[in-house]
Amino acid sequence: MKFDTPAGINPIDQEKVVGKPHPRIEGPLKTTGRAVYSYENQEAAPNAAYGYVVGSGIAKGRISSMDVREAKAAPGVLGIVTADNAGPIKKQGFYVAKPLAGPEIEHYHQAIALVVAETFEEARHAASLIRVDYARAQGAFDLAAARGGAKPHQRQPDIRIGDFEKAFASAPVKVDATYTTPDHSHMMLEPHATIARWEGDHLTIWSAQQIVGWARRDLGNKLSIPQDKIRVVATYIGGGFGGKGSVCSDAILAALGARAVGRAVKVALPRPLMPNNTTHRPATIQRVRLAAGRDGKLVAVGHETLSGNLPGGGPEIAAAQTQLLYAGANRLNLTRLATLDLPEGNAMRAPGEASGLMALEVAMDELAEKLGMDPVELRVINDTQVVPGDPGRGSPTDPQSASGNQGKPEQGPRPFSIRQFVPCLRTGAERFGWKERSLRPGSRREGRWLIGMGMASAIRGAPIIPAGGRVTLDGKGIVTVESNMTDMGTGSYTIIGQTVAEMMGLSLDRVVVKLADSNFPEAFGGGGQGGAASATAGAYAACVKLREAVAMKLGFNSADAEFVDGEVRAGNRRAPLGQAAKDGAITAEDRMEYGDLSKQFEQQTFGAHFCEVAVNAYTGEIRIRRMLAVCAAGRILNPITARSQVIGGMVGGAGAALMEELAVDKRFGFFVNHDLAGYEVPVHADIPHQEVIFLEETDPTMSPVKAKGVGELGISGVAPAIANSVYNATGVRVREYPITLDKHLAKLPEIV
Amino acid sequence: MKLEIETPRHLVDVQDLKLDRIEPTTDGGLRIGALVTNTALAADTRVRRDYGVLTRAIVAGASGQLRNKATTAGNLLQRTRCPYFYDPNMPCNKRKPGSGCAAIGGYSRQLAVIGSSDQCIATYPGDMAVAMRVLDAMVETVKADGTSRAIPIADFHRLPGEKPHLDNNLEAGELITAVTLPRPLGGTHHYEKVRDRASYAFALVSVAAVIQKDGSGRAAFGGVAHKPWRVEAADAVMTQGAAAVTARAFANARPTENNAFKIPLATRALAATIAEGKSA
Ligand SMILES: Cc1cc2nc3c(=O)[nH]c(=O)nc-3n(C[C@H](O)[C@H](O)[C@H](O)COP(=O)(O)OP(=O)(O)OC[C@H]3O[C@@H](n4cnc5c(N)ncnc54)[C@H](O)[C@@H]3O)c2cc1C
Ligand code: SF4
Repeated sequence: MKFDTPAGINPIDQEKVVGKPHPRIEGPLKTTGRAVYSYENQEAAPNAAYGYVVGSGIAKGRISSMDVREAKAAPGVLGIVTADNAGPIKKQGFYVAKPLAGPEIEHYHQAIALVVAETFEEARHAASLIRVDYARAQGAFDLAAARGGAKPHQRQPDIRIGDFEKAFASAPVKVDATYTTPDHSHMMLEPHATIARWEGDHLTIWSAQQIVGWARRDLGNKLSIPQDKIRVVATYIGGGFGGKGSVCSDAILAALGARAVGRAVKVALPRPLMPNNTTHRPATIQRVRLAAGRDGKLVAVGHETLSGNLPGGGPEIAAAQTQLLYAGANRLNLTRLATLDLPEGNAMRAPGEASGLMALEVAMDELAEKLGMDPVELRVINDTQVVPGDPGRGSPTDPQSASGNQGKPEQGPRPFSIRQFVPCLRTGAERFGWKERSLRPGSRREGRWLIGMGMASAIRGAPIIPAGGRVTLDGKGIVTVESNMTDMGTGSYTIIGQTVAEMMGLSLDRVVVKLADSNFPEAFGGGGQGGAASATAGAYAACVKLREAVAMKLGFNSADAEFVDGEVRAGNRRAPLGQAAKDGAITAEDRMEYGDLSKQFEQQTFGAHFCEVAVNAYTGEIRIRRMLAVCAAGRILNPITARSQVIGGMVGGAGAALMEELAVDKRFGFFVNHDLAGYEVPVHADIPHQEVIFLEETDPTMSPVKAKGVGELGISGVAPAIANSVYNATGVRVREYPITLDKHLAKLPEIV
Repeated sequence: MKLEIETPRHLVDVQDLKLDRIEPTTDGGLRIGALVTNTALAADTRVRRDYGVLTRAIVAGASGQLRNKATTAGNLLQRTRCPYFYDPNMPCNKRKPGSGCAAIGGYSRQLAVIGSSDQCIATYPGDMAVAMRVLDAMVETVKADGTSRAIPIADFHRLPGEKPHLDNNLEAGELITAVTLPRPLGGTHHYEKVRDRASYAFALVSVAAVIQKDGSGRAAFGGVAHKPWRVEAADAVMTQGAAAVTARAFANARPTENNAFKIPLATRALAATIAEGKSA
């Protein structure tokens, strides 16, 4: 099915099932421990041996010698995979770092061997017996120091509109500030984990993958296995946050290990290996220059961002969203990439926007203060309904959004498909009690606590990617839908089920949803906030076909047929849906393809985040009191799962604002705090109260479902809202994330 | 053990030794069996009434689940949280004597500001022992030959010096049987634990303090040294306020660039407890 004109009224608009707060259909399996995650799939491979990954002890250099004799002779050991016996591993794929190093080492904890043994403990012990000598080489581990060699990147060309320098120099009110964000680790609950099993030349992996299609593609390319000989299954995933975007060392080495020992092999990355072995969100140094007239209207908007990566890796596209958020005639938008020898930087929790808004939205707060203007009002008056000075390139994209949004230059500025940014701001201010905010920073005190409120804008691209679906009706009137979309805890099972139920006139319990298997129709996956919109549109397309087939079978004119309450009706005729399949199940499959609506219209999601914090006047400790998000993100397919996405994003934002940081050891070139004791993420006590409001919205330019993603909007703008509330509490501006107490302690009020 | 930093040949289960009672001592104190759990100790009504600082310190640590399992002796003996200690690729004198110290010149935000050596700048991370230090507890032990002794808590944990691989002064084969608390001190009891997140984190700095009505008192600091840090000469100037106390307590501090903030933080945290004591 081709979608090339804005959607009209269709069965989804009934919202009998879609849009309703259905609890997750797979929830009981998860809460009772019966949902089988990849590593636990005993049934798939009852006899699996255990693989233990050995990580490099240096960040850059060569393995000069490796002695595996003792390890090989250790009890239980079945085999050891190293670069010497693994065969060629090609570089192409979503991740650029090699899944198995040797003799060259690209980064710390890069896998250098997989030990396969009968038990996990035997594999782990044997791993400690491998003797490695390294020849260390000089590496670049300091982003600020690597700035000199930084270059533009083709993924995000420079944007220069008007005369930025002149406009900035001559404006009456301006902000010129530099902000830094550190490296972040995904730290999803379920580690990277895979079971690999060969049957002849066919390989199946049960693996924690956000995008099974990419996993299959990259596994095939890296190991030179034809795609049709690979099956990837990722039925349940315990979180990913972008860190399971494609195959990592666990999957590649499990496949190689299983081949080497002639038996299924399971590999899970130990927690302390994850931050350096896999990918992370790269650190940024961002300079934001904003200039406005005394009326607050922006005249110059400059955002420059620098990040680093391994050779071949991409930049953190942290400045791009700034082009879309506020008006302003003169603009400068630069993305720079330096080469570093730290582990690979890649997608994590709203790549681009999450980091970029951490700078831009604090700069806006600083500008509002200089103008003596309310921060909400400053944002309202700089709203725009068209892409300012439209560079004609479309949405800022992240590496996970494979949307065809990189269009050709356009004539004239493009409109947003729908932009409820100002209503988000206004609703948020009203519902949060924004007028209670004290105008003078550092002036509201309750006992030992300094109280502050802050807010920030949110914007995040709404990519939609061609996706398919397959639906089968059986004689009992049950419809089964299959798609290779994944569910990381996001709610995909439920919303795809709701979409099918709505289309087929069923209640949700009459729909069976099967996901995350590369044998099912391709539907992208979970990433870039693109999964929900794409996969439900794919399911829609398949259902349209099924409706036609059912109508035909029952002798209805398909244009007149209505699917209601388990029946098909037209005029005064009605038949139970299942009757169409009484001679055998009916299967329909289709795929939603897109025209150029995403080029005609700028498709984004918008929001506003509000926060109240308390800062201990003695110790400087920062504690969030309450948070509010207002989101305008297309049709909300299920308010429960959507809310869960957004509050999860808000927790990620709290982490980014206040504690998450991979500490770089610039001598040894690695992330030091590489476990959950050293890398702090928020705990329950850090998140006392969250509220989410969804504005009414449907976006007919997206798909017939009129939905967009929402999860990543939930984090975009959260950290700066917290940063601004900390400033409002203390009067001390901290521009280096995370905002930990040591950064403002010396400037807090004197204590007696 | 999971990281194979320790690879013991034998593990001895001490759980059935019946050392799980809290009893009064003849001189008006309390004797806490080595196997009393953190949860039971923190909840004991005598402890809550007479040694509030201890209850507060315990409940500020770890999580409910961990405290249900953690024992008094085991908690005293927790090892450092220095991240380099837990990474076997890194030099660490504590893990591998003579290999060097990766933390010096590295990421040391959590590490010691005082009492450190050129061999090791690790901290003792626990909370309970900081309160025991302010209470002047005694650690009772029995050695492999059957003899027993009582070690003042001040002498129980060591400074790293030249032998950072030793965390405490227990001899090989020496078992902790109990911790005794002297008679109650009176006053108000405080435990101020400063950390980046609200719960489930080790202290950047903690202060265990007992403050008397006249403003005198005593304080021990956690998160700053290889042992709970208390300087009696500093306690003597408590009436002059927090800054006077920490000026003495941290007189010979040698922080790193990463953790110099801990010293003003200790002052401010102590000031918070003094203010709380006044308003109590
Ligand atoms: C995630 C996490 C967070 C934590 N957070 C905190 C925190 O915030 N604050 C805090 O203070 N602690 C914290 N802890 C540490 C926790 O309190 C300790 O792990 C616990 O108290 C150890 O007690 P245990 O009885 O389990 O000791 P074990 O782990 O069983 O023993 C510890 C050591 O003591 C030895 N030992 C035990 N009993 C005796 C005895 N009778 N005589 C001689 N030697 C003995 C053991 O051989 C071992 O070497 C945390 C731990 C974890 C895992
Ligand atoms: S500070 Fe101590 S524990 Fe840490 S690396 Fe140095 S020697 Fe090891």
